[in-house]
Amino acid sequence: MDGFVETPAGAVPRVKTTMTGRDRCGTVKARTGIARTNYKVIPGLYCVGTPGPESPVIVTANYKLSFDALRKELAGIDAWILVVDTRGINVWCAAGKGTFSTEEVAFQVKATHLAEVVSHRELILPQLAATGVAAYELKKKCGFRGVFGPIQAAHIPRFLRNGKQADETMRAVTFTLRERLALVPVEIWLLWKLLLIVLLVIFVLSGIDPDVYSLAATWTRGSAAAVATLLAILAGAMATPILLPWIPGRQFWLKGMQVGALTGIAAVLLSSGRTNIIGDLGLWVWTVVITSYLAMNFTGSTPYTSLSGVEKEMRRGLPLQIGGAALALVLWVAAPFIG
Amino acid sequence: MKNFRYMDGAAILRLNRETCVGCGMCVTVCPHRIFGLRDKKAEILDYNACMECGACARNCPVAAIYVNPDDGCGCAAYIINSWIAKVRGSSVPVCGC
Ligand code: SF4
Ligand code: SF4
Repeated sequence: MDGFVETPAGAVPRVKTTMTGRDRCGTVKARTGIARTNYKVIPGLYCVGTPGPESPVIVTANYKLSFDALRKELAGIDAWILVVDTRGINVWCAAGKGTFSTEEVAFQVKATHLAEVVSHRELILPQLAATGVAAYELKKKCGFRGVFGPIQAAHIPRFLRNGKQADETMRAVTFTLRERLALVPVEIWLLWKLLLIVLLVIFVLSGIDPDVYSLAATWTRGSAAAVATLLAILAGAMATPILLPWIPGRQFWLKGMQVGALTGIAAVLLSSGRTNIIGDLGLWVWTVVITSYLAMNFTGSTPYTSLSGVEKEMRRGLPLQIGGAALALVLWVAAPFIG
Repeated sequence: MKNFRYMDGAAILRLNRETCVGCGMCVTVCPHRIFGLRDKKAEILDYNACMECGACARNCPVAAIYVNPDDGCGCAAYIINSWIAKVRGSSVPVCGC
């Protein structure tokens, strides 16, 4: 916050276009989903620079990262920022879920008395909000017409300089290495509960041996299986997203199978001596199917997979993954009794 | 996006060129640049790159576009929950994404 700008509709808070250390810390937390709900911006009207009645109005979601991404690009620009209530969810997801909607934008326009603050009747909407906001309906609902700006906040200064014209690069979504990397902590963070349960089951199962139950085996065999599981998580939720464009094939479960097959070999090598060949086979199959499942789950985070496509590949992948996991468990439990 | 292609023939996207009035909104909003204008009507240039985000259909003033209306986030957990919901006859699956 950086003071206020007086307008006919009251004082409008001005925000800084630079990030402080505390903002960055909030960014890390918001990305990893820790205390995600605390990273909402209060909906309403904000501004950067010294905007007047002619200055553009840029609309964004009340997710801290969306808001920060926007204000940090607006250095040297005088503009109003209308933050709509998307319950702290980013622009695209909120538009998909229907919280970033025509109604919500119209509501905020009225609630902030925007018509008294600016003399023009135009809102610049993020292009990705188009899934939820129908520009042609906005005018009817609040008197302001909607213009779709660029996908990325970084392109907004150029968009404004070009007379609010977006070129093709501003309109096409990207999925760069940096963007994929940003998703990795979230993917892994979302798994911890499931991981705890899986590890517990693994350690318990690993103790079963010909002498009814062996606590020593719980540890030796259990740790080998736990290492395989952790490797599979890294392979499916980190390596696959990072290497995505270079892994052959289009379906994610198949991409995951390939990464899993290699990772499985590493898991087997690391288990050296803690189990026999049957157990090793179980470990390998386990690593392959877990990696494949997690890779498939990553479809939910990419900006190019269609829901119909995901459903289609899941019909093929899921039965194999479930079958494979069952086979792996049988091999693992049977291993101490054979050979 | 050239490095990323998803499965062909999967997306559900239909354009009715009869109803289209050529306003160009679908061309503007599509994040995968699927649409173009030819003879003052929209046309689908790259059907298989569609991710079913629904932006084009939402912004078509004459409802000339149909996109798979299911709007889940598309992660595996969501789809499994939606299958379970279908079997049990309940609605509104969630995934926690
Ligand atoms: S649904 Fe989305 S990706 Fe598909 S054509 Fe429409 S705007 Fe483009
Ligand atoms: S938005 Fe609808 S009317 Fe406009 S060009 Fe596209 S299909 Fe035609």
